Amino acid sequence: MCQVGEDYAEPASEEPPPRQPGREQKCVKCKEGLPVVVIRAGDAFCRDCFKAFYIHKFRAVLGKNRLIFPGEKVLLAWSGGPSSSSMVWQVLEGLSRESAKRLRFVPGIVCIDEGAACGLSPEARAKALAEMKLILQTVGFPWHVVALEEVFDLPPSVLRCFAQEPVGTEGAYKAAVDSFLQQQHVLGAEGAGDSPSLAQGEEQLSWPCTQDPQNPQSPDRPPTAAQTEALSRLFDSVKTLTAKEELLQALRTHLILHVARTHGYSKVMTGDSCTRLAIKLMTSLALGRGAFLAWDTGFSDERHGDVVVVRPMREHTLKEVAFYNHLFAVPSVFTPALDTKAPEKASIHRLMEAFMLRLQDQFPSTVSTVYRTSEKLVKAPRDGCAAGPPGPRCLLCMCALDIDTAAPLYLQTVPRLLGLRLPCICPRRSPPPHRPLHPAVLQGWGGCRAAVGGPGPARGAALLSQGGPPSPRHRAAVLRLPCEHEGLALPGPPAALHLGRGPAPQPEGLHRAADPGVPG
Amino acid sequence: MAAPLSVEVEFGGGAELLFDGVKKHQVTLPGQEEPWDIRNLLVWIKKNLLKERPELFIQGDSVRPGILVLINDADWELLGELDYQLQDQDSILFISTLHGSRIGAGSTW
Repeated sequence: MCQVGEDYAEPASEEPPPRQPGREQKCVKCKEGLPVVVIRAGDAFCRDCFKAFYIHKFRAVLGKNRLIFPGEKVLLAWSGGPSSSSMVWQVLEGLSRESAKRLRFVPGIVCIDEGAACGLSPEARAKALAEMKLILQTVGFPWHVVALEEVFDLPPSVLRCFAQEPVGTEGAYKAAVDSFLQQQHVLGAEGAGDSPSLAQGEEQLSWPCTQDPQNPQSPDRPPTAAQTEALSRLFDSVKTLTAKEELLQALRTHLILHVARTHGYSKVMTGDSCTRLAIKLMTSLALGRGAFLAWDTGFSDERHGDVVVVRPMREHTLKEVAFYNHLFAVPSVFTPALDTKAPEKASIHRLMEAFMLRLQDQFPSTVSTVYRTSEKLVKAPRDGCAAGPPGPRCLLCMCALDIDTAAPLYLQTVPRLLGLRLPCICPRRSPPPHRPLHPAVLQGWGGCRAAVGGPGPARGAALLSQGGPPSPRHRAAVLRLPCEHEGLALPGPPAALHLGRGPAPQPEGLHRAADPGVPG
Repeated sequence: MAAPLSVEVEFGGGAELLFDGVKKHQVTLPGQEEPWDIRNLLVWIKKNLLKERPELFIQGDSVRPGILVLINDADWELLGELDYQLQDQDSILFISTLHGSRIGAGSTW
């Protein structure tokens, strides 16, 4: 520590700074073993203590949140990467323990083949798929491999927000667990003396067969060339890598949820690790998704209503995951991502990742601090929305829109900044009866937030909701609003501009605002 | 004066993408004046093994943040990081935890 009068003439000592643990130190937990890994800042664990710590964290996160009821069908989203592979392995191990500590849900695995979006050749995709199937067969849960191209075949119902299941109370969870255990006990007593009670319990849960229970509609048939071509075209039409990443995530989420709904899964587990979520939090802030951080980074994400997304790996850092996978031989398959080998500034995601990791290197509590902050985020409903009907939702991320309807300034400045060539935000007071489905939602990719100041040409919000046939006037009508209000001549499709008029005539399909002075 | 050393250098987590997809490399480090430590090893790797995009692996005189280093299956933080003196038959493993560095078979990237 600095003190007045201290002599700085001597060179710094040769020893490492005190906080760095050395190999001669013992494991901080058992005080006996030789440490192999340093977790957090200075805690050295030996191999066995590390394994116990890792598994305990996984079980604790699930147990603490009490969202997964016994016997529930849970879909594990597996990308082949280290975090999701570790999660699958934890579930596998958790299900095979002796009955008191066993995990009690029924798992399935879904794997999305994103090769088309990443530009992989068909042979490369087939090879990666073969490796994945090998691991899936080893794991033994029912699995579903879905190509990203199938997103084009999704029914419009995916865009509808289903009614939310009422969250069980504390008492309900405990009651469910108790009755489940009672059932297990009864079955164990009734079962024959030879067969273990575990097997009986499994039958009671109707453990699905471990053959290939793939989607019967698309057995092992790869997507058609036309579909792959369409997907490539879609991704090529998106100009920035940031937007491509976001689009990929949105499509992937929709596809996983569809698989979950089709096969009766009520929960989806994703392998987002602590590090990854901290990066995602900062990236979301940069992308203007501040309103939805609690859903994007919290343990549970109920925005889709009937299917809840949970993140059991959210307390494991990437370092812990990598060490565990290496030390305990957890199999994983590497698949190329959109931004493989991309330079640091290629997208906001990459930049934020580099920033966070660099900061973490110098200040080892960075990731955990960001994580702890994200834990404090509360999913509060918007004022006035709690009692009324559910508001409109973004088509892409299914979050409730965070547009303030009484903010004309926002409407004027944002479209101007965005160049007005794109669909802009359309506020509404209450859900109108007929809202056209925007045909360009996938072409003019945007989001439910305004990416003002983004890296590439920022796109406006393609905000709308589900409903009837697309109206060609709708897009033109939306473009009209702000320039009309100001009486400016602005670029855009000439037919759409009506200059110098007073309050905007309400185009068909748009809800009539009660107050004509406010655009919308 | 350091004698020649034989060490195994391994890459995982997608880092192998920068090394022609080869995960394990058995290397013989030539004898030299200064003893071999991780710092010198990185310089040697950059010169002799790294095929492309050095900035994705090395930053300054250390590895890029996000790349873990294991020496004989132990965290390098326990062994002095860059100052660890290599010994014969050591095994150094570099695991990338970076998002974009996942590799696929026959990737076009």
